[in-house]
Amino acid sequence: MVENRPFLAILSHLILILGVAMVALPVWITFVGASHEAERMLQTPIPMWPGDQFFVNLKQTFWGSGLTGTSIAPVWMMMFNSLLMALMIAFGKIAISLLSAFAIVYFKFPFRMGFFWMIFITLMLPVEVRILPTFEVVADLGMLNSYWGLTIPLIASATATFMFRQVFLTIPDEMLESARIDGAGPMRFFWDILIPLSRTNIAALFVILFIYGWNQYLWPLLITTDADMSTIVVSIKQMLEAAEQSPEWNIIMMIALLAMVPPIFVVIAMQKLFVQGLTETDK
Amino acid sequence: MLKRVHFPASILPYLLVAPQVIVTLIFFIWPASQAVYQSFLIEDAFGLSTEFVWFENFTYLWDDSHYRSSFGRTIFFSACVAFLSMAFALILAGFADRVIRGSTVYRTLLIWPYAVAPVLAGALFLFMFNPTIGIFPFILEKIGYGWNHYLNGGQAMFLVIIAAAWKQVAYNFLFYLAAMQSIPRSITEAAAIDGAGPIRRFATIIFPLISPTTFFLLVINATYAFFETFGIIHAVTQGGPANSTTTLVYKVYNDGFVGLDLGGSAAQSVILMILVIGMTVIQFRFIEKRVQY
Repeated sequence: MVENRPFLAILSHLILILGVAMVALPVWITFVGASHEAERMLQTPIPMWPGDQFFVNLKQTFWGSGLTGTSIAPVWMMMFNSLLMALMIAFGKIAISLLSAFAIVYFKFPFRMGFFWMIFITLMLPVEVRILPTFEVVADLGMLNSYWGLTIPLIASATATFMFRQVFLTIPDEMLESARIDGAGPMRFFWDILIPLSRTNIAALFVILFIYGWNQYLWPLLITTDADMSTIVVSIKQMLEAAEQSPEWNIIMMIALLAMVPPIFVVIAMQKLFVQGLTETDK
Repeated sequence: MLKRVHFPASILPYLLVAPQVIVTLIFFIWPASQAVYQSFLIEDAFGLSTEFVWFENFTYLWDDSHYRSSFGRTIFFSACVAFLSMAFALILAGFADRVIRGSTVYRTLLIWPYAVAPVLAGALFLFMFNPTIGIFPFILEKIGYGWNHYLNGGQAMFLVIIAAAWKQVAYNFLFYLAAMQSIPRSITEAAAIDGAGPIRRFATIIFPLISPTTFFLLVINATYAFFETFGIIHAVTQGGPANSTTTLVYKVYNDGFVGLDLGGSAAQSVILMILVIGMTVIQFRFIEKRVQY
């Protein structure tokens, strides 16, 4: 700090604490909502302090199928679907981007720039703007209600390819020269030198992509008509619709909590990698 | 672009780019060209025949007052989300930058909403503002203000704006704090010695120096509000009441999957693609150059 102003220091902390409280309020209310009995959640004003039913609700929600009278899959199954989708998207994107960035940076071959621009164009086509034709393609390929249909259309990513290209360009040329003198072929160089050198970049990207994959909404909503393939993030919408008939808000809030805890945990536990990934992919 | 030292051409590089290129062709280029093609077609009511009509779908959209108002509404929505979340993040980052000890603690406490899916953010705010049991309608009732976003379009808009802005504060805070912490201390110290107080320093030194970040975040937030808030709107209002929260992306979904108007939906997709291309160009051209001093 530049100067000593105790009043300003205290004010800074006060405002920051207030800001944190404002940001955390929706999640606090959700947590409180998930810790009471269903009847209590129908009386106004709703409680602002946690009740004692949290673990009862947790057990009922996690092993049961959410609300009574809705036809959705068990919650643990939807969480498993979400996890699998997030991991497949993260691994898939990283794998295909590493390979294509390697080819574009380290090989001279005809149509190299053509491929580069084709990948670049995907940056301009987020799934939201081409949903209907993409849905038709996936339906024609018979990939509706499958993990492949959920993930493969989302794994092409220009940002990841750009990031790895950037990383590879900073690796000194001497690395390749010495590897070649030692007799290493292209794939040997890729596995033994490039991958270890870009380890932290891969990890940082993995954190970002895991969150991206877990939080997908529009695409799984369209692709999964089968309840067993639904993801937890998508199911929350069906819960809210069902809430108009059977308002079991404690269960709905518990599902919302279960849906947001894994990505939040990833952000907090791997904060350094998360920040690195966020600043690298957006530049 | 290419390394000075590189491998010679062989079949290998083609195999390496193949997975990405195949996925791109099947799931990006082909559907996008289909969208462009379909935007020139009109299908009859039974889906039996299609007619090639050139730009009729586009001129129809141009004349459609629903579409034009949805366009204006999306811009209003994006401007409000970007302004609210950036202003809130800027204030918090400004104070966090002053704190000697604990700024990383505050960072941890403020960045996690980034990980909350938009649809969940919508669900959380829907619960807080539920007209029968929500905590805010209850408080508003006490001071004599009736809240029902199922009936009042303005309130519905307000609700989706704050839900969308809430989620984005984390991202903006992270970038603002990083930008402020990268300003050399000697500059602010020199200003302090010259007698500039904290507010003056913020207004004349810190804020101008982080203007590249502000511009970058403006583009990112606008893109977010345009394309990534579908979940919030779908969960909270379904575009209602009376279309008062129907944004462009929501309209593409609604006309295509609910209304089954293929040509119209495709034409809207094409317009959105043009918008994304424009935003990407702005992002690359201007952010690379930065705001110069």
